[in-house]
Amino acid sequence: MPGQGLIKGLGVTMRNFVRATHTVQYPDRRVGLLAAAKHAGKNPVSFIASNPREGIKAMLFMASIPERVEQATRFRGNEFTWFETRCTGCASCAKYCPLGIIKIVTHPGGIDVQEGESYAIDVFDIDTGRCMFCGLCVEACPYDALHMGSQFERGNYERNNLVIDVDELRSNLKQPSSWYRPQFEERKYNPFKDEQIEDHHDAGRHEQPSDEDLKRRWVDERK
Amino acid sequence: MTVKTEPISINLGPQHPSTHGVFRFRVTFDGEEIIDVEPIFGYLHRGSEKLAEERTYQQVVTLTDRMDYVSSMLSNQAYMLAVEKLCGIEPSPRGVWLRMIAGELQRIASHLVAVGFLLQDLGSWGTPLTYVMRERESILSMFEMLCGARITNSYLRPGGVFMDAPDEFWPTLHSFLEELPHRIDELENYLTGNEIIFARTKGVAVLPPDVAVNASITGPMLRASGVDWDLRHRDPYDFYDQVEFERPLHTAGDNFARYWVRMEEMRECIKIIRQCAQKIEPGPVRPSHDEVPFLVRPPAGDAYGAIEGSKGELGFYLVSDGGISPYRCHVRAPSLINLTLLREMLIGTLMGDLFVSFGSIDLNMGEVDR
Repeated sequence: MPGQGLIKGLGVTMRNFVRATHTVQYPDRRVGLLAAAKHAGKNPVSFIASNPREGIKAMLFMASIPERVEQATRFRGNEFTWFETRCTGCASCAKYCPLGIIKIVTHPGGIDVQEGESYAIDVFDIDTGRCMFCGLCVEACPYDALHMGSQFERGNYERNNLVIDVDELRSNLKQPSSWYRPQFEERKYNPFKDEQIEDHHDAGRHEQPSDEDLKRRWVDERK
Repeated sequence: MTVKTEPISINLGPQHPSTHGVFRFRVTFDGEEIIDVEPIFGYLHRGSEKLAEERTYQQVVTLTDRMDYVSSMLSNQAYMLAVEKLCGIEPSPRGVWLRMIAGELQRIASHLVAVGFLLQDLGSWGTPLTYVMRERESILSMFEMLCGARITNSYLRPGGVFMDAPDEFWPTLHSFLEELPHRIDELENYLTGNEIIFARTKGVAVLPPDVAVNASITGPMLRASGVDWDLRHRDPYDFYDQVEFERPLHTAGDNFARYWVRMEEMRECIKIIRQCAQKIEPGPVRPSHDEVPFLVRPPAGDAYGAIEGSKGELGFYLVSDGGISPYRCHVRAPSLINLTLLREMLIGTLMGDLFVSFGSIDLNMGEVDR
């Protein structure tokens, strides 16, 4: 029968029409009273009582709550997490960067918690305006001092603001992604739900040196 | 009464909404019939081959992502085969299985995009494209679990992959493999039996097998002409000799055959992934840093590694002079070589079929111009 294929196709469209939506309304979506109250952590009555204006907006389905797609823990975000006490200034990250956008200037006289005497960092610039977030710098870091971040909202109006300098690295959010950091996956660290890693000891090492190694390096070879 | 007519040349592109990238045609029409086509390309040339000459072997991976950005995992795989041949690296079995799974997922994603845009060119505006993009999104989310990025993966390393798959990857993969055949069936129900599709695609832009072989066309385009040539079967790389799969063939060589072959190939990809997921065993995913250091320094020589990409034979030819970066890196890009018969395919067809036939080649300008 001619036209049969057309009708079959229309059936598929109708089935998809009633299916649940697959898209996510980023950055926020319009919700009603119940969802808005749930987001504020109150019951609907106290939500209206505490903030009548928002309550009326919510009743008209005009309130908005933030929404994001669920990210994987290995997501290579564009703010970097850096532990200064671990960084020896070896500039491995700068050498392995395919674009050469990491600039490091050091002077002798720093103290590193893992290696003892080391170099102190004067300049640590990462030009994220040119960065392609391949993560090779993180893979190259021998002391797990540099980690990929987990966020992505760093939009700017000026290119200069895209350069992450050493002060920004120090104050950045310490919620590293588990890209090339199997120790985070072992202990099920989720940067989107868990707390920040304030202490560098909690960050672990992906290749922990053995006690013999440490003894050889710090005792035997120093004689 | 006689009407005086003359051929008219029209310029299409490079900025044209349906050219699948920055591609430019100069088409000569006689009425509505195409009598000459002159393809002009090079608008997306970024010099990837030259850039590769001043990067280390590890760093070139990031460039291969950006060549064919619809199937970057397969570009990674082809490049890694060439590097492993050049350096004589023995890859880790688990890493090889993982990259086969990732590669077949990428092939499904690439074919979905090809089919979706072909149907869009045929006038089914938007609807099939939203369906295929929905399925592709779930594949890209799995890539995000594996390697933290959706398009520019950089997942592979010489001798394997950079990290093992996370625990949550396997249940997601299995539920996706359960779901996908139904979704492909749905897509077939939606438009494969459609009379308009038949009328528009059957017998249009026919490519005879002898012409296709002479022009060294590869991939789904060649199999749609009835030539049984698949590198996974003829010259098995990785562990493709340990998995069983069919090679869908169509003898017509027209636009519909190219569409049909891609639809059937997706089902074969599911079979391959199922077998890989069964045969994979625990173990290291890449050789240790002592065997393959971050800065590999291969002996002087050359190597050619080729895979069956989503668009055809994708090969990397690397020449080493013993240094830390390739002396020369040449890419055998299937998109570019499949494009060579465009003029022969299009002459004699009508104006409305121009972009349909062009889209049925399934080319990617990032790979054509590199």
